[in-house]
Amino acid sequence: MDQPPAIELRGLSRHFGERTALRQVSLRVPPGATVAVLGHNGAGKSTLLRILATLLRPHAGEVAVLGEPLPRRAFAIRGRIGLLAHEPLLYRDLSGRENLRYQARLHGVGRQRVERLLAAVGMEARADEPVRALSRGMVQRLAVCRAVLHEPSVLLLDEPRANLDPAAGELVEPLIGRATGATRVLTSHDPEAALAEADLVLGLRQGRAAFAGPVAELDRRRLAELYA
Amino acid sequence: MIYGRGLRGLALVTTATVTVALALVFFYAPLDADQGFIQKIFYIHVPLAIVSLGGFVFGGVLAVGHLRTGDRRWDMRSYVAIHMALIFGIAGLLSGSIWAKASWGHWWVWNEPTLVSFLIVLLLFSTYQPLRFAIEDPERQARYASVFTIVAAAFVPLNFIAVRLAQQYVHPRVLTLSGGNLPGSMALTFYVSLIGIVLLYITLWRYEMAAKSARMHIRRLRRSLLDDEALPAMKRSAAPS
Amino acid sequence: MSTVLTVLRKDMLLELRSLETVPAMVLFSIATFVIFHFGLNRATIDGQLAAGVLTVTLLFAALLGVNRLFVAEREQGGFDAFLLAPVDRSALLVAKAAALFAFLAMLEVVAVPAFGVLLLGPSLGPPLLGLIAVLALADLALAVIGTLVSAIAVQSRARDLIGPLIGLPLLIPALIATARAAGPLLAVHGSGSPPGKWVAVLALYDLVFALLAYAVFDFLLED
Repeated sequence: MDQPPAIELRGLSRHFGERTALRQVSLRVPPGATVAVLGHNGAGKSTLLRILATLLRPHAGEVAVLGEPLPRRAFAIRGRIGLLAHEPLLYRDLSGRENLRYQARLHGVGRQRVERLLAAVGMEARADEPVRALSRGMVQRLAVCRAVLHEPSVLLLDEPRANLDPAAGELVEPLIGRATGATRVLTSHDPEAALAEADLVLGLRQGRAAFAGPVAELDRRRLAELYA
Repeated sequence: MIYGRGLRGLALVTTATVTVALALVFFYAPLDADQGFIQKIFYIHVPLAIVSLGGFVFGGVLAVGHLRTGDRRWDMRSYVAIHMALIFGIAGLLSGSIWAKASWGHWWVWNEPTLVSFLIVLLLFSTYQPLRFAIEDPERQARYASVFTIVAAAFVPLNFIAVRLAQQYVHPRVLTLSGGNLPGSMALTFYVSLIGIVLLYITLWRYEMAAKSARMHIRRLRRSLLDDEALPAMKRSAAPS
Repeated sequence: MSTVLTVLRKDMLLELRSLETVPAMVLFSIATFVIFHFGLNRATIDGQLAAGVLTVTLLFAALLGVNRLFVAEREQGGFDAFLLAPVDRSALLVAKAAALFAFLAMLEVVAVPAFGVLLLGPSLGPPLLGLIAVLALADLALAVIGTLVSAIAVQSRARDLIGPLIGLPLLIPALIATARAAGPLLAVHGSGSPPGKWVAVLALYDLVFALLAYAVFDFLLED
């Protein structure tokens, strides 16, 4: 493994006031690999994703994404990471198409890409309706489009299949699945589903790494403990 | 930095200077021909106002330090500076009001631009604590408070210009700060008072800093000895932590 | 620059779709003129009084817009989406200030003639150019301070309170200068051009706070 890692964490800590959200987390993710981040609500999964997305600064330890140290070189990687967050990050009063075109302009991406994505997720027909009028599943499909507009090489996916039925899940698979070739960080309430598509696993418990390593070496008992 | 070091000596010097200043005010400075005894409040009022304004600007400078370094100790220093300046400012405003009542017959006069601009500055800085209190995340609170303080400190001189220009006829000013038209004995008393109040501000600032940093040390020690969960939850606070 | 235009376009589109800000500001202003009519018990006003009523009304109406300026960004993830893009963060300040400036201009297009009809004694015609110049400078002050204050307040609890609380004292110098500059314009036999002294103060205020806001704005976006 001489390849430089796509994501490297060494002793990463982050707190909110007195509360520690992440403590001494270390991880190495080679390019193209998928990491499943598992843990209870509040274990630090979303905080980790927000730090990798350059939206939160780490308080201690080292973080490098695509070889660029954060937060110092955050600017250099912003156009190369895609975040599918818990919230869709779409304006409710604008239509899906308007939202995506706005974000595309911010990322310097052309309109054809927006149209291709809308078609890919089966949303062309309702792309001109305001987001607030759409069902949660449709909003999630638009959110996926938003996250991958600029074809990022690192995908940070927070519950990517939330609110999606199996058919919609298949539609977004080519955009956020393994086939993209992107390095992926994945969280899910459903550990089995996440493990099925992951190479590495990071188990978080109250902000600490309960385990970190290849999925194959994961001890199922410790996984059960994580959710105990 | 240990804020307690040398504090005793400083406190003694401050006490001595303030005592001398008060003695000069009461027994040395001449009675004003027009206003009589009440004019002597000038020796307290003007230094309080000057030190308060200086404290606000000082807080702004410390806030720049915070934003430049990201070190929260600067925020603590800035917070204490503003906090003290507010107390001095309210005392200054009240003493000014008393002076106005005594010499012009009204508790408040709109044609005294210094007083009016001072009120506006005080109004602005009075929002400092509510602002801090309204932001929960301590780090964000510190950062936003610093941004506010820098803007507000820059506001101080601009506000004075605007208010000064707005007075069509400035009330004939009994005394100006350009020392020249102060008789020697008055000038001496004034400057000793000013030094006394400045020292008082510095002493109180250092005192509160010492208390605050001691409390922070204790918290940090407890946190390293005990687990997070063993610590009592922090109350929501406007003060930096 | 293209980022500024992108964000500005989005804000205009959002306002067009939701009609949340400008109509509220217009209605508020007209209602305030009616209240002033009864409060002052005057059919017409002129000179400094008229300038004061107009300035204060516009200021309070502006605060409505200030309170709403960043709400969609905060509640619908606009901040995050913007921060994820590889663009200059200061562009958000410039775009938001431009949006607020545009909202104020739209407000005045309706509110100033309404003021002329409802309350102002002298005709609005002769001083119109001077008034437009003064209001443009005043709008700039409101836009810059409003954007800064709004960005601070939106992250606080009770943001509807914190915004005006900070904004009002900060805007007092601009308010003084605007009212004083507009006073002679609205007098019965008023001059056609505003007093240079107050225009200069207003311009100085705009300049200082625009530079300052630009310098500190990025710190409000970090996390």
